[in-house]
Amino acid sequence: MKRFAALFAALDRTTSTRTKTRALADYFRDAPEADRLWCIALLSGRRPRRTITTTKLREWAAERAGIPLWLFETCYPVVGDLSETIALILPEPSRESDLPLAEWIARLRALDTADEETRKAAILDAWDSLAPDERFVFNKLLTGGWRMGVSQKLMTRALSQATDIDEAELTHRLMGDWTPDTVSWAGLIEAPDPTADLSRPYPFYLAYQVDGAPEELGPASDWLAERKWDGIRGQLILRGGEHWLWSRGEELITERFPELARLRDFLPPGTVIDGEVLAWDRQDETPLPFARLQPRIGRKTVPKKLLSEAPVILMAYDLLEWQGTDLRGAPLSQRRETLAGALSNLPEELPVRLSPRVAATDWAGLAEARAQSRDLGAEGLMLKRLSAPYLAGRKKGDWWKWKVDPLTIDAVMIYAQAGSGRRATLYTDFTFAVWDGNALVPFTKAYSGLTDAEFGEITRWVRKNTTERFGPVRAVRPEHVFEIAFEGIQQSPRHKSGVALRFPRMARWRKDKPVSEANTLHDLKAMLAQYG
Amino acid sequence: MVLEFTEAGLYCPAADVHIDPWRPVPRALITHGHSDHARPGHGAYLSTGEAAPVIRHRLGDIRLDTVRYGETLRIGGATFSFHPAGHVPGSAQIRVEVGGEVWVVSGDYKTVDDGLSEPFEPVRCHTFITESTFGLPIYAWTPQEALARDLNAWWAETAAAGKRAVLGVYALGKAQRILRLLDPSIGPILTHGAIEAVTEVLRAQGLSLPDTIQITAGTDLKAHPGAMVLAPPSALGSAWMRRLGPVSTGFASGWMRLRGVRRRRAADRGFVVSDHADWDGLNAAIAATGASRVFVTHGYTQSFARWLSEQGYEAGVVETEFGGESLDEAPEGEGAA
Ligand SMILES: [Zn+2]
Ligand SMILES: [Zn+2]
Repeated sequence: MKRFAALFAALDRTTSTRTKTRALADYFRDAPEADRLWCIALLSGRRPRRTITTTKLREWAAERAGIPLWLFETCYPVVGDLSETIALILPEPSRESDLPLAEWIARLRALDTADEETRKAAILDAWDSLAPDERFVFNKLLTGGWRMGVSQKLMTRALSQATDIDEAELTHRLMGDWTPDTVSWAGLIEAPDPTADLSRPYPFYLAYQVDGAPEELGPASDWLAERKWDGIRGQLILRGGEHWLWSRGEELITERFPELARLRDFLPPGTVIDGEVLAWDRQDETPLPFARLQPRIGRKTVPKKLLSEAPVILMAYDLLEWQGTDLRGAPLSQRRETLAGALSNLPEELPVRLSPRVAATDWAGLAEARAQSRDLGAEGLMLKRLSAPYLAGRKKGDWWKWKVDPLTIDAVMIYAQAGSGRRATLYTDFTFAVWDGNALVPFTKAYSGLTDAEFGEITRWVRKNTTERFGPVRAVRPEHVFEIAFEGIQQSPRHKSGVALRFPRMARWRKDKPVSEANTLHDLKAMLAQYG
Repeated sequence: MVLEFTEAGLYCPAADVHIDPWRPVPRALITHGHSDHARPGHGAYLSTGEAAPVIRHRLGDIRLDTVRYGETLRIGGATFSFHPAGHVPGSAQIRVEVGGEVWVVSGDYKTVDDGLSEPFEPVRCHTFITESTFGLPIYAWTPQEALARDLNAWWAETAAAGKRAVLGVYALGKAQRILRLLDPSIGPILTHGAIEAVTEVLRAQGLSLPDTIQITAGTDLKAHPGAMVLAPPSALGSAWMRRLGPVSTGFASGWMRLRGVRRRRAADRGFVVSDHADWDGLNAAIAATGASRVFVTHGYTQSFARWLSEQGYEAGVVETEFGGESLDEAPEGEGAA
């Protein structure tokens, strides 16, 4: 645990990504293999289950420190973190331990089935053999609150430095359904057996938004343009007679979309398709709004009714593996051709479509096609270089999203609420309203889009202009207009205004606009009629 | 009452004197030279001989008499004596006896020996007036040897990386305590003017401190590679830092115990050290006085008084205008200004 606690401290006291990467790479070079695996697991969200309630931990810690519980509770808000509070109030340990991280985790997991007395004894014993910085990390394991300020990307880069294995290759190896119990360091990192985990997906290639004029990307003929569909990006894997569907967040979502199972009967094993799961109107051959897909995301198994109300298809973008061969190094033009071939002559009722190519041959034509996106239920265009391989992660150069401009509406701020975590001292969560005659009707919340300085300014204003309080929420004088940007609008009986927005955020603080010039409910309804 | 709590500060009616008053009074007994205890405007001052030079340096031409530690002094109907508080060089607790009843005003204090200040001496009393700047069980200080090791390791590492180490420290007490811990074989020690001034005063009264070089407009910084720079906390991140080139920054303060504070200060390193007592220090000091009544002045007063009550003391909170250990900002819920 000493080594891991030292790593945590090193990561914690710097904001430099280079220093962090170096500290992690050192750890991956010299920590015990089982510890390295756990470190990767923790940093990629594979944490052990929480077995002990925080109420118990507070009680035991206060008791061990010889202080009453009220004093513990007085300390907690001063420190701001439960794991740290416990680590700080406990007396100095009476001994040392050089048990490695993996061993501590194993001990914790063994407590899963233990009775309370055994658990308490084990935790007190652990606290008594760990130094304060080790205790802090240990408590984080106990409470499951892991945030080490290390992205998966940074971790993979460090791992690459430590092992001399290519970063993209490592990203691939780290994907899938493994835990430190099911793999070894060698099996996961050094010499993975490709057949060991048939479900393992490839890292997704992600695009940046076009930042200049698209003409700067060179001749339009170098590019494949297709619609940017608004569904769930997914990777369908057909191997060994089985199939798996992975979301972009590396979550297995196979069970949620059982209709895709039929594809096993028509596509050969050794096929991996990158695509978008869309709710689909089979009559019109058009996508249904994202809202129709939503009820299917939340549940593990899908009732029949939902299956018929919101049937899905896989809109196929790309072919990553064909007949068991990794195609990612081949140019897109070739992958698309193979994909088109694979999907041709399939029965119409199969839930798969080839994402159509937008036919325009020059930038002006593409711009025109992009302008129609909303009417087609798409978010804009995707531009992919025909000669490019399929890369791993978010990379600039070969893939771009060229989204339509967001919809906007000018609204009045009427309620404010403090943020959480780092922003707990600022008012960052606001409710906005539009005019309905002389009344202001709330229609959306937004909490992002302003600079820190603007949040500071509005916070000072909120404190002085509160008219009423409802718990943490403050009603404020309707004095400020904000331009709210959003990606879509849907009907919603749950909202007073009758509409719900997708991805609302504050695009601008319209200090130039008087409240009387904010938009109206009528304007919102008109948008709903056009784009809903 | 031996002492009363008045608008101007702690007042002894039997002697007609105040202790560390915050409003101008005719006669003031001063525990130590920090600005929240030694304020300008009093008619006459009394302090230990060891505290006097700094008080004079800060307050200029004042009427100041001095006493030796342990010397008894009869003023009116009260007997006074000054005893080491271990806080900074010259700092004292003031013992007041009236008609056989003994009170001790501890000012600011710490119980660990910092190797520089006269070590804290427990004084038996009936009523003890204590601070509680760090009066929560989350505060525990790094032992002095470990602190020295950590500081010098950071300095050496920073120097080896071709950078300067810049440490934010309090000008009176903390700076000189740190100076004594630094290993001059690592490199030169540079100081901000505010720190050099106080250090010079203490040197002049005979404290042995390593050589320092004050940074002035004319200082050729290139001539001092691998230096440790001591500066007041407020100088870190200010325009003053710019000419120092590549640096690694650190703070030396009790608040550095908290990760949240370390992160907010965005310093590269935090060293947990204070000239105030930590939780164990406060409790041990209070127990050693044998006092049955305790008044808590500045810090986490409410909760510390409640804790003391539960331990069997007759405990109360007294509002004062004493400050704690300032780091420009202290964590929320912290009572000291
Ligand atoms: Zn002081
Ligand atoms: Zn003070």
